[in-house]
Amino acid sequence: MDTIIDAHQVTKTYNPKAIPVVAVNDVHMHIERGEFTALVGPSGSGKTTLLNLIGGLDKPDTGSIVIHGTDITRLSANQLIDFRLRNIGFVFQAFNLIPVLSARENVELIMQLQRAPKAEIRKRAAILFDQIGLTDKMDTRPAQLSGGQQQRVAVARALASRPQVVLADEPTANLDSKSASNLLDIMSKLNREENMTFIFSTHDQRVIERARRVITLVDGKIASDTARVDTSHRHDVQTNPE
Amino acid sequence: MWLLKLAWKNLWRNRSRTLVTQSAIFFAVLLSVTTSSLQDGVFDHFVRNMVSYYSGYIQVHRAGYWEQQTLDNAAVRNKTVESVIANHPDVNALASRIESYALASVDEITKGCVVIGVEPDAEPQITQLNQRVASGRYFEYNDQRSVALLSEGLAKRLQLPVGDTVILISQGYHGAMAAGKYRVIGLVRFGSPELNDQLLYLPLPVAQTFFSAENLVTSYVLSLATDKNLERTAASIHRSIGKKYEVMTWKEMMPEVDQHIQTDKGTMYIISGILYLLIGFGIFGTLLMLMAERKYELGMLVAIGMKKQKLMVVLLVESVLNVVVGCVAGMLASVPLVWYLHVYPIRFSGELAEAYQRFGFEPVFPASTDGWLFIVQGIVVLAMGFLLSLYPLLKVWRLDVVTAMRK
Repeated sequence: MDTIIDAHQVTKTYNPKAIPVVAVNDVHMHIERGEFTALVGPSGSGKTTLLNLIGGLDKPDTGSIVIHGTDITRLSANQLIDFRLRNIGFVFQAFNLIPVLSARENVELIMQLQRAPKAEIRKRAAILFDQIGLTDKMDTRPAQLSGGQQQRVAVARALASRPQVVLADEPTANLDSKSASNLLDIMSKLNREENMTFIFSTHDQRVIERARRVITLVDGKIASDTARVDTSHRHDVQTNPE
Repeated sequence: MWLLKLAWKNLWRNRSRTLVTQSAIFFAVLLSVTTSSLQDGVFDHFVRNMVSYYSGYIQVHRAGYWEQQTLDNAAVRNKTVESVIANHPDVNALASRIESYALASVDEITKGCVVIGVEPDAEPQITQLNQRVASGRYFEYNDQRSVALLSEGLAKRLQLPVGDTVILISQGYHGAMAAGKYRVIGLVRFGSPELNDQLLYLPLPVAQTFFSAENLVTSYVLSLATDKNLERTAASIHRSIGKKYEVMTWKEMMPEVDQHIQTDKGTMYIISGILYLLIGFGIFGTLLMLMAERKYELGMLVAIGMKKQKLMVVLLVESVLNVVVGCVAGMLASVPLVWYLHVYPIRFSGELAEAYQRFGFEPVFPASTDGWLFIVQGIVVLAMGFLLSLYPLLKVWRLDVVTAMRK
């Protein structure tokens, strides 16, 4: 197997000098390429913090996080930004897109940052919009897209840099069930067809049901880690715009 | 290029806010340029009036004359020196003078006066003396007759009408006795009581004879096309004619006038500063709002891999574009306004106009069209824009992604 993420003895404490809150407590975790993993747990269990640590947005107090052979805890702030750009795709809960750019420009932004050739940027953006089923909305501003469509564009942007892993923080939290289901269909299709690794934090039972591995966090510790049967093939990807 | 595109799009994300900010800059520039050009125009006009009254822009004396203004410090007329000065590219006109004090007497009345020997043809090019004749007439070309022009106030004190004779008694060159009688051919009027009560003009050769100072002059008086290069012109003339002479600008001869102008300009700078400060706070308020609104977005951009330096470039370009658009629009709008005020200057009326005219000044408020005024205001506003843009840059530099994206 190809290990993408290897987190070892990761601990993160907030307010260490005042009232310390241990958000992530001695977490060990291995994620293999192509996994479709859900991080679940009650509010305050440390899901988002763990996702931030894996994504290099925050630094752990102790432990190491190795992503595709690179210990990101040893990288400087600038190196981390560069690492995120090339290796990690993010889908946030909301307000994901730059409002002044069109959907296509939002997706192309990542490739612009990577200094990819213009022709390749255009080609890749077209493919991604085809995959998320929003080819006809490429030149639309985010404000003219529904919440679900915006999240699909965010997924396309996350994939634009061909990352090692896509981290999604409660991606369906603000979506209605149809849009959520549609987004999950797209993510699981990309996971299956492109062997893309997805990790998402969620409360959403629909998402948990679609995950092939569910890691449950309680008080910053891994309470359970369960592999599940892949059921995603039962769902057809709905590519019609909402 | 795409960074510029992003900055331009960001600039218009809140159209009304951007327009309000740019309008504030627009009006600040328009107001500053207009008031500065009016102020400069008025001072230029004032100086031009003042130097054409008597002193000229520049005077050349024998070294040491200004310290001790006596005939013994007069210079021998030197055609070569006169030619060097007259041929200087900035010099419009040159007139020679001899000047000293005398007692003017008519019947039982005697008054002290300043006797000025002038070149009848050259003097009007500097002081328009011929146009100040209130009664009688001006000297003839190359006049060598024993005739005099008296200032109106002096003539009144001496109870002397045109056509009568005045007796002058003084001390001439190297203590020689000076005495003579001169027929009054005209009276000249000056607005300044100081000048109007004590000036008496003779043709230069007549005055030189009176003072036993043949071929001597106390000053060469120069007129310039503009006083923008005043100090440079004076220094250049001084270099050309050597250290035997002193070359003095009107600012050196009348430092109190220069100080008054500088003080007035200083006040204007303070007013402009306050105006810009108010505008600056307005822009800063907008920036505070903008940064608070975009905190999450900026955090998200860094999270997905945009380096802070690039983000800073985007924000800097946004700020500068915002300022530049307002500034350029303000400058462009001020051009026709300033031009109009230059061509159709504001005119005083009533008592104020009369007071100005009494002093021989035109009662107008013209605007200066000096290009530097526009450039300086542009630079000031741009500098302010750069200074204010340091705030968003600092915020981005200190941005913590997790904190920024916390809801």
